[in-house]
Amino acid sequence: MASDYSGHSEKHSPLEQFEIIPFAHTEIGGYDISFTNSSLAMVITVAIITLFLTLSVNTRSIIPSRMQLISELIYNFIAQLLSDTVGDQGRRYFPFVFTIFMFVLVGNMLGMIPYSFTFTSHIIVTFALATIVFIGVTILGFVKHKLHFFSFFYIPGLPWYVLPLLIPIEVISYLSRPISLSVRLFANMLAGHTLLKVFAGFVVSMPFFTGALPLTFIVALTGLEILIAFLQAYVFAILTCLYINDAIHLH
Amino acid sequence: MEIEAAKVIGAGLAVIGVIGSGIGIGNIFSSFIEAVGRNPAARAEVFTMTMLGFALVEAIALFALVIALVILFG
Repeated sequence: MASDYSGHSEKHSPLEQFEIIPFAHTEIGGYDISFTNSSLAMVITVAIITLFLTLSVNTRSIIPSRMQLISELIYNFIAQLLSDTVGDQGRRYFPFVFTIFMFVLVGNMLGMIPYSFTFTSHIIVTFALATIVFIGVTILGFVKHKLHFFSFFYIPGLPWYVLPLLIPIEVISYLSRPISLSVRLFANMLAGHTLLKVFAGFVVSMPFFTGALPLTFIVALTGLEILIAFLQAYVFAILTCLYINDAIHLH
Repeated sequence: MEIEAAKVIGAGLAVIGVIGSGIGIGNIFSSFIEAVGRNPAARAEVFTMTMLGFALVEAIALFALVIALVILFG
């Protein structure tokens, strides 16, 4: 929705920052595959992650440098998260969770730089990420348990007459996972950045020095936004871990 | 009714949903303070869970906020 907004109103819309601008229009088989500012932000994100993680552990010293310490810290953080939620069997899925966490985290943080673009504020990006998680986890469940995977929707120890009611609820809640996972991240980013822009509008429109009031609020909000940028990447990663745990252990 | 006026009223109605999230966040942090008061040693462990709960509840408020923004600007 934010993507098809074209800012031809006279006032500056707070949603203008989410506009997708194609650099060169390319179309293959009726599909628009132009390289846009969103794609550029993603390429920059991947470049930052790759450069940081390769350069920081390049020296591999026993007494780590500051950069090496940071990347080891992030590595340990996700490894700990995975072993806490899934256990030993979760170690195989570490690269997947780590990749998703880094992509979302750096993407969110990149969006905090003024005049940059937050690609996680677009539902299609987060929905694609969440769908990858959902389909991957479902395939994992079927590979591990074959058709026994369907017992995931069955709750043992309940009287038979509530089952026709509960099983559809379980199925619906399972199918709504990608939606809640993607909308959570997208809504946080969209609302946070819009709020910042709305308050920036107050700074300009208020007379004389009273604009300093919303300005101080913006400073506090920016701090909160950086916290949320990290928190949402963490939530995305921990929910991915919980879904993997569900698929491996079935309740 | 003017469509613009209806939009503004609709957006105002949409953010009523934030009330529930406010109650939820209040509950989470009151429980957190209570837990730390009873067992200060568990603070670090409880805090990560509190933050997770806070992020999940806050997201619900943002669903309502996004609907309001869609009505206003979409």
